[in-house]
Amino acid sequence: MTEWIQACDAEDVEQEDVIRFDHAGRTFAIYRSPDDDYFATDGLCTHEKVHLADGLVMDEIIECPKHNGRFNYKTGAARGAPVCVDLKTYPVKVEAGKIFLQLG
Amino acid sequence: MIENIANTLSGMQVFDIFQSMTLGLMEPRSHLGEAMMNATVAADDYRPTKRDYSLIGRDARRAVEIGLSAAEWYHTDVPRKQMKELMKRDDGPAIRDTMIWLGVLIQSGAGGALLWGSWWCVPFFLVYGVLYGSSTDSRWHECGHGTAFKTQWMNDVVYQIACFMIMRNPVTWRWSHTRHHTDTVIVGRDPEIAVMRPPDLVRLVLNFFGILDAWQAMIDMVRNASGRLSAAERTFIPEMEQYKAIRVARIWLVIYLATIALAVYLGSLLPLMLIGLPRLYGAWHHVMTGLLQHGGLADNVTDHRLNSRTVLMNPVSRFIYWNMNYHVEHHMFPMVPYHALPKLHELIKHDLPAPTPSILAGYREMIPAFLRQLRNEDYFIKRELPPTAQPYREEFHAEGKTTAE
Repeated sequence: MTEWIQACDAEDVEQEDVIRFDHAGRTFAIYRSPDDDYFATDGLCTHEKVHLADGLVMDEIIECPKHNGRFNYKTGAARGAPVCVDLKTYPVKVEAGKIFLQLG
Repeated sequence: MIENIANTLSGMQVFDIFQSMTLGLMEPRSHLGEAMMNATVAADDYRPTKRDYSLIGRDARRAVEIGLSAAEWYHTDVPRKQMKELMKRDDGPAIRDTMIWLGVLIQSGAGGALLWGSWWCVPFFLVYGVLYGSSTDSRWHECGHGTAFKTQWMNDVVYQIACFMIMRNPVTWRWSHTRHHTDTVIVGRDPEIAVMRPPDLVRLVLNFFGILDAWQAMIDMVRNASGRLSAAERTFIPEMEQYKAIRVARIWLVIYLATIALAVYLGSLLPLMLIGLPRLYGAWHHVMTGLLQHGGLADNVTDHRLNSRTVLMNPVSRFIYWNMNYHVEHHMFPMVPYHALPKLHELIKHDLPAPTPSILAGYREMIPAFLRQLRNEDYFIKRELPPTAQPYREEFHAEGKTTAE
């Protein structure tokens, strides 16, 4: 059964940026693209468990702050060494100015 | 031995150990050389001193067991908004610097070639050598991080050119530097420790001329070009990447053979003065600056303020070195491009030890420390923090306190 979890206000995430969201002992990263679309992935880099929310968002790429590994945050796809394992992504919806994540 | 390690570690840790082992057996020279050269000793032949620098040895296991490996490192607090500004990528500075670099490289090489046979060629080759055998260290480094240019293919192109000149297989070395950032100067874990304790001063001096580095790089290149990766290499380079390491080595080998053939045909060293030998006669600057990064400072700490050194340098060295003299800042925030490091330094200097004022001052501090480490390898230079800084985690310095300055 899937569950929508309210994470934060839409305005909490700046354009072309990312914030951290912790829930039930897990950590997630919520992104706002340059086109004002919202996305969510697991919050830790698959390489060495570093918080991606400290990284840099460039277009559809999130770059890990530790080793500069890159992911496409829209698809979760790893985009080059040292990251080899894709990120898990989560559906996002915005209702009444609030961001909701669907956690499987 | 490997099986024994595997019995005590998790799968990911074992992967890391294999990765380290590969780096150790493969070629290793760090961009300074000594660490990885020492690590080429086969595991069974390794004779640990007090510190065991083997990447699959006692200290490597200990670092993993006590959480020194892949630890959480100290970071100065920087507001997100300011950090975003600093991390911002820009093609402009790197395009400008690359045009200057390649322009002067070509002109100095052409000048040296035209004046070959007279003493007037010497100053041209001095310039050419440093741009070929030293500035490529920093270009390899920055483009490997992917921060020099905003446009990724530009990073990739300069990375490949720099790797050829500095003689570092681009596949292998990308992974070695990743480990250096995870476990900076953690004994047994960091494959790029330039000066191990007690220091091997002969090796250190030879590396100023790239002699050991270049020789080992040639051996590795020939092995890879023959299509052979060691068993360790195969465990460390992802299978889908292995062909790239071999392909690069083959292309490089063809270039070197063609250069040698041309030199023989012409009966002149000139072709080798332009390709290959500059890695030797021009290496001194990158070794000179590189030794300052961590030399004589603490090991086995998780605070870059203690194990890294920021040195104020002249603008020419900073151009060659692409601002890596701001080394504490770079390790703390590797996402910040080289051109923004001076701004980062200004922003966080209240939380850092005072920068070393010059290259000369750095060596005046470092050489006596190396000499003392010959008698007492536990000795290290402890960096003093300003009153405005957050304190060190002293629990990591219980052993060093008695011997640090």
